[in-house]
Amino acid sequence: MSDNQQLDMPQWHRIRLIGNPVIRQGLIIAGIIYLLWSVNSLDIDWARIREGFPRAAGILARMFPPDFSRWQLLLKGILESVQMALAASFLGMILAVPLGICGARNIAPAPIYLMARTCIILSRTFHEIIVAIFFVKIFGFGPVAGVLTLTVSSTSFIAKMLAEDIENMRPGQIEAIRSTGASFLQFLNYCISPQAMPRYLGVSIYRLDANVRHSTVVGIVGAGGIGQVLAASFSRYDYDFSMAILLTIVTLVFLGEFFSNWVRGRLR
Amino acid sequence: MLKVIEVSKTYPTGAKALQNVSFTVDKPQVVAIIGPSGAGKSTLIRCINRLVEPSSGEILLSDVDILALNRRELRKKRRQMGMIFQEYNLVERLTVMENLLSGRLGYVGFWKSCRRKFPKEDIAAAFELLERVGLSGYQDTRADALSGGQRQRVGISRALMQQPSLLLVDEPTASLDPKTSRQIMRLIVELAHERGTPALVNIHDVGLAQTFTDRIIGLAEGKIVFDGTPRDITEHVLTEIYGEEDWSSTIRKAD
Repeated sequence: MSDNQQLDMPQWHRIRLIGNPVIRQGLIIAGIIYLLWSVNSLDIDWARIREGFPRAAGILARMFPPDFSRWQLLLKGILESVQMALAASFLGMILAVPLGICGARNIAPAPIYLMARTCIILSRTFHEIIVAIFFVKIFGFGPVAGVLTLTVSSTSFIAKMLAEDIENMRPGQIEAIRSTGASFLQFLNYCISPQAMPRYLGVSIYRLDANVRHSTVVGIVGAGGIGQVLAASFSRYDYDFSMAILLTIVTLVFLGEFFSNWVRGRLR
Repeated sequence: MLKVIEVSKTYPTGAKALQNVSFTVDKPQVVAIIGPSGAGKSTLIRCINRLVEPSSGEILLSDVDILALNRRELRKKRRQMGMIFQEYNLVERLTVMENLLSGRLGYVGFWKSCRRKFPKEDIAAAFELLERVGLSGYQDTRADALSGGQRQRVGISRALMQQPSLLLVDEPTASLDPKTSRQIMRLIVELAHERGTPALVNIHDVGLAQTFTDRIIGLAEGKIVFDGTPRDITEHVLTEIYGEEDWSSTIRKAD
């Protein structure tokens, strides 16, 4: 028997994720069936898709030329968006500091760490639009709801980045400052803050840029800013005005991105 | 000055890092702690300022039981223990002066330290130390711009800024070249003697320990297996600490 094996050519098979061929092929077939069934059950009406193309062309045609005649309304919306983004970024930067420090496993006691991490995860669970709808229900239409929405997402984002940055610090520096008998605040001031500052600022600036983009979106559910103006223009079929707004948003986002890159480049 | 009584440390993993370690340092001497990696040298030094919590035992520094202190009292006591590290552990984005002054954090209030307003004596002491360790003029250099030997000089100065009654030194030369190692070791010993401060020095290099220190403690598997003067180190002693090996070239020839 062993002689026979030695005479055979050496064999090699690639290692499959699922070893059993019956289960493997069964799963593939099941997958294909489910895919076919779901496409079928969606009840896609090809006729409607065909009709949609000319309508799209019509809307596009009515978007040109873009109508900037109501520029005062446009400017007001844009300024409101920018203000929302600035306010939310600033609040987020401030709130993220205690949250981020509490969320760093290497310097916060376990119960505080868990609470802070739960906080961060919960506020990251829901998309901004859902949070915005919620705040609009509570505080009514307008920028207050928008600022709060963006503050929640900024805080959790910056806090998460800050916490991870602190956790990545080399433990030696932490030991060294602790062993001088420094108080907790002094420890933060002499060890955490100098080491975490560049990334904290970088993340905050990035968040400002992101908030400019997001502020144009949350308005669509009534949370203030240029998005609200955009949603109104769509529902009134003022497509030429919509196009003007869209072009302005593009410009704004470009400027935001440019500014953010410039500042972060200088921080290094 | 320092009394370590029956100190044991068992890590949560079950590893017994220290088992009933006892010794006394009752005069300002430099004590080398030698032993193989994993013998508990780092754990021992960190137990003394409670960066690692011992499982049992007593540690008396100036007759105060360190293990009985609460957090606030421990902070006060830590001011009296200067620590020097293998990887220097400077806060890299702070300047040399800020790193030195961080040695005074235990004595200065938060707002003063935050605005970098330290007492004149502290600033004067810092400049004096910089000159003593050969780093005059480097006060505004950022710590990450220094070489290894320079960083360790800053690390030593930071520890001495605390005006400690005990120096805890963890592998001060393990990251340095042989010449710098000797210079740093000499500097630590000279400064300890100048200031009458006892020092515990974890060190791998038996030759350096014999050349520079006053007393040597040998640790093996968490227990003290040797405690004596550098002259008492024999091949037999090294075998007991580290295990079987040809030690003839390691031991310093009697002068």
